[in-house]
Amino acid sequence: MEQNVENTNSWGGNAKPFNASYGKLMMWFFLMTDALTFSGFLASYGFSRFKYADIWPVAEDVFTHFPFMHGDHPLLFVALMTFTLILSSVTMVLAVNYGHQMERKKVILWLSLTIVGGILFLGSQAWEWSHFIHGLDGVPATLISNPYGHPLFADYFFFITGFHGFHVFSGVVILIIILINVIKGTYEERGHYEMVEKVGLYWHFVDLVWVFVFTFFYLV
Amino acid sequence: MAEQTTNSNWWIWKVFWILLAITALEVILGIYKPTFLIETILVGTKLINHIFIILTLVKAAYIVMVFMHLGKEKKSLRWAVIAPMLILIPYLLWLVLIEGAYSHLMM
Repeated sequence: MEQNVENTNSWGGNAKPFNASYGKLMMWFFLMTDALTFSGFLASYGFSRFKYADIWPVAEDVFTHFPFMHGDHPLLFVALMTFTLILSSVTMVLAVNYGHQMERKKVILWLSLTIVGGILFLGSQAWEWSHFIHGLDGVPATLISNPYGHPLFADYFFFITGFHGFHVFSGVVILIIILINVIKGTYEERGHYEMVEKVGLYWHFVDLVWVFVFTFFYLV
Repeated sequence: MAEQTTNSNWWIWKVFWILLAITALEVILGIYKPTFLIETILVGTKLINHIFIILTLVKAAYIVMVFMHLGKEKKSLRWAVIAPMLILIPYLLWLVLIEGAYSHLMM
């Protein structure tokens, strides 16, 4: 019955009402739900921090280490991690941009650099975790207790940065799969590099979440 | 597809420098903590925290609008993505943070 109205009504089927492909649209809606998940984590962190305001540790007193440097260097290492992720976002946009221009070799170059950035970030996070778990004066940090302050502080640290880190890890895996496809020429054959764009959306989202984790876990 | 891509990349690097500058500013403020920003309390929290949150939202806007190309998508898609966030996240924070402050008073 509706078959003959589909061309006059963009919502009648067989059209792209948002002028974006199905895959891109679904990526956007997935990212929205994921954004709400992370909002839930950070909001519950806020709840506990407000509730135990007197005994909540100050992040700057906890994360003060920097590789190969002695003494206290608050925020520096996490700033470096943020920088790594922003830079890998830039290489990702470059890969997407060259994808639009069908420049296969440049897509391979910038996609590979994005993967390197992601792996660097994961390595930094492993270093940060090992220092956190190592604790203070021989008292390690676990899920049950930690030497920094309220036990929930360590739980939120493991959970929020862990969940974000798992997103980065999944992102690296997906990027590697897409890179293999680019090298094989799958998208050249298909006529467009939209898959690079879709994984790019996911990768930028991971960077976006880190921007918020950086502020609400380390700065505020 | 109406892709508005340019063959140049300067706009990508421009956003990179903006994001880097904002992050650097946040780190410098976080390390030096100017007394004025720490001691001024506004709507229940330090002035410096308001600055951090505003700078974070600016960074987020640049990432979403430029890097994720949402600024170049159709207006309907832009709002379909942004409106639920603008409604749900402040609502969640409003409820949860008020409860947190209340639980603190009840301890």
